[in-house]
Amino acid sequence: MTDRALSGGNARDRGGPAQPLLLVRELKKHFPGKGRWLGRREMVQAVDGVSFSLAKGTTLGVVGESGCGKSTTARLLLYLIKPDAGEVIFDGEAVGVPQGLTIRELRVQMQMVFQDSYSSLNPRATIADIVAFGPRTAKHLRRQPARERAERLLEQVGLRPSFFARRYPHELSGGQRQRVNIARALALQPRLLILDEAVSALDKSVEAQILNLLADLRRDLDLTYIFISHDLNVVRHVSDRVVVMYLGRIVEAGSVEDIFRRARHPYTQALLRAMPSMDPDRRTAAPPLIGDPPNPINPPSGCRFRTRCAFAEEVCAQVSPRLDPIDRQHEVACHMMESGAGHSRSHIAAGADG
Amino acid sequence: MTDIAVVQPAIKPGEQPDSEPRGYWRTVGDRLLHDRVTLGVAAVLLVIISLAAFAPWAATHDPLQGSVIRRLKPVGTPGYFLGTDETGRDIWSRLVYGGRLSLVCGITPVLLATMIGGMLGLLAGVGGRLLNTLIMRVVDVFYAFPSVLLAIAICGVIGAGIGNTILSLTVVFIAPIVRVTESLTTQIKTRDFVEAARASAAPLFAIIRHQILPSVLGGILVYATSLVSISIILSAGLSFLGLGVTPPNPEWGLMLNALRQSIFVNPIVAALPGVAIVITSLCFNLLSDGLRSAMDIKLQT
Repeated sequence: MTDRALSGGNARDRGGPAQPLLLVRELKKHFPGKGRWLGRREMVQAVDGVSFSLAKGTTLGVVGESGCGKSTTARLLLYLIKPDAGEVIFDGEAVGVPQGLTIRELRVQMQMVFQDSYSSLNPRATIADIVAFGPRTAKHLRRQPARERAERLLEQVGLRPSFFARRYPHELSGGQRQRVNIARALALQPRLLILDEAVSALDKSVEAQILNLLADLRRDLDLTYIFISHDLNVVRHVSDRVVVMYLGRIVEAGSVEDIFRRARHPYTQALLRAMPSMDPDRRTAAPPLIGDPPNPINPPSGCRFRTRCAFAEEVCAQVSPRLDPIDRQHEVACHMMESGAGHSRSHIAAGADG
Repeated sequence: MTDIAVVQPAIKPGEQPDSEPRGYWRTVGDRLLHDRVTLGVAAVLLVIISLAAFAPWAATHDPLQGSVIRRLKPVGTPGYFLGTDETGRDIWSRLVYGGRLSLVCGITPVLLATMIGGMLGLLAGVGGRLLNTLIMRVVDVFYAFPSVLLAIAICGVIGAGIGNTILSLTVVFIAPIVRVTESLTTQIKTRDFVEAARASAAPLFAIIRHQILPSVLGGILVYATSLVSISIILSAGLSFLGLGVTPPNPEWGLMLNALRQSIFVNPIVAALPGVAIVITSLCFNLLSDGLRSAMDIKLQT
C-alpha cells in the first residue's frame, strides 16, 4: 500500500534530517476561570511553559493524568486555541510570525485525529465528503479529483470505498469511524499527525488494528507522530520518546527506555507503579498516588507535584524545578536530580548519576 | 513499532457495493420522496398556490360584484357552492382571489426574514464576542415590543399598502429568527467536527457552508414555516386596521373580519376564510416537519 505520491516523499523536507520537525518553546495557555465579581480574574493554568522538540520520523508519546494539559497542548500546536505565549517552530520555520509559516500553512502540514470518533465527524456528511472536505476547501481541488483522493485514502486506511464512501458516520462502528478520522487527517498530506487519545475509546482488539494501521502509515508516508494517551502500555509500544506531563508542565522527558526503565521523577515512578501488569506476582494493591491532582486555578507554588510527593521538602515549595538534562536525552524537573538545589537527597541523585 | 498480531477484519464478505455516491442533499431529497405525508401536504399546498395564481380561471364569479338579493346564502346554493358573504359576493371566488394576497403576505416576509435573520444569526454565532453582543442586543430591543404593536408601529410610520405590510412583517420576524439561528449555531460550532474542519485549514466560509449550515438549516426552516401562519394572521390584522390591504379587495384576514358579524346568521360561511388559513398554515407546518425528519438522517424512514 506504499504510496509515495500521496506522502510527497522527502521533497518537502526543508531543514534536513537534523532539523527537528517541531520545536516548541515555553508554550503557555491560561484560561480565564469563573471570574470573581469585582475581583482579579482567576486563571486556569492549563499549559504553563511546555517545551519539547520532535525529530523527523519519530513518535513522541505524551502521558499524564486527565486534566494535565495534554489535549490543550495538542490544540495549541494547531493554533485551534491561541497560545498566550511561546513559540512553535515547524521544520525550522516559526509559526504565526511575519515571514514565518502562516497558521493555514501549518495546518496543512500538521493534522490531528480526535479522541471522540463520532462527534468529530459531521453527522450530515457522507464519509467521502468528510474526507474530501480538506482537499476541496483548503487545496481547492475540484469535486472529482477530491473524491478520487478521498477514495484512495479510504482504501489506504482499510475501508473499501465502494462500500463506505456514501455511508454516514452513524452507520459505522467505532473502529471504522476512527479509520475515517485518520483518512481525513491524511487528506491534506501532512507531515505531522497529532493523535489525541486516538485509540483510547476503542476496545482492545480494534485498538490493536488501528495501532498497526498507524505504524504502516508512518512507514509508508514518512509521518511523524505526537501520540497523546493516558495508556502507558500503548505509549510504550508506539513511542520513540516520551514526555510526562503534570498540571500543565513537563516533569520528565526521555527515550522510551529512559522513562520506562530509568524513570527519575517521583511522579513518573508513581505512574509506572500504577500501570496494570499482566504478571500476577507483580500486581500492586496499594495506590501509588493518593488524591487528585491539585486545582490548576491555584497550582502549588514551586514544584507542582510537591503536594503528592513523598520526598517534598522546604525547597520544593519555594523554587520551581527546571527541566534539566541528567543524561544525553533524559530530562527531569526535580530538585532531587539537581546537585546543589538544596534538597536533602539531591547529592544522592547527583552521586548516582555521576 | 512492531506489529501486533490481529485478525484482519475491516470488510466482511457479502457486503454489497453501492452505486453512484451521493451527497447529503441528494439523500435528503430521496428521503422526502419516500415520505407520503409530506408529499400529500406538498400536493395540497401546490393546489392552493395554483388556485391563487390562476384565480381568473378558477373563480366562478367576479369577487367584487355583490348583490343585495343574494346576501349570506348558505353553502351549497346552486351557482354559489360556498355561499355568499354579507354583500352577496361569491365566497369561493373571493377565497381564490384572496389567496393571492394572503399567500404573498404570509410567505414573503418569512422568506425575507429567514434570509436576513439567518445570515445575522450565523454571523452572531460564529463571530467574536463583540459582534455577537452587538447583534443580539439589537435583537433584544426588537423583542421588547409585542409583534403586533411593532408591525402596527412600523406600518403607521411608513404608511399603508401591501409593500409596507411585507416590510414591517419582515422586520418583526427577523428578531426571532436571528435568535433561533444564533443559538443553534453556537451549539454546533463547539462540536468536534467543526474544530476538525478548522484544523483542516479550510477557510471560514467553507466551514460555515459545509459544516455549520447543514446542521442548523433544519431547525431554522422548521421555525420559519411555523411563522407563515402567524404572518398570514398578522397581515390580516394590519388590513383590519386599514394599514394593509384595503376593502373591498379580497384577503382571507379581511374576509374573516367582515364575516365576523354574520357568525350567528350563517356560521359555516363565516368560518370559511378561517378554514383556508388553518389548512394553509397546517400544510406549512407539516411540510417543515417532513423536511426536518428527512434532514435528520439518523432516523430511518
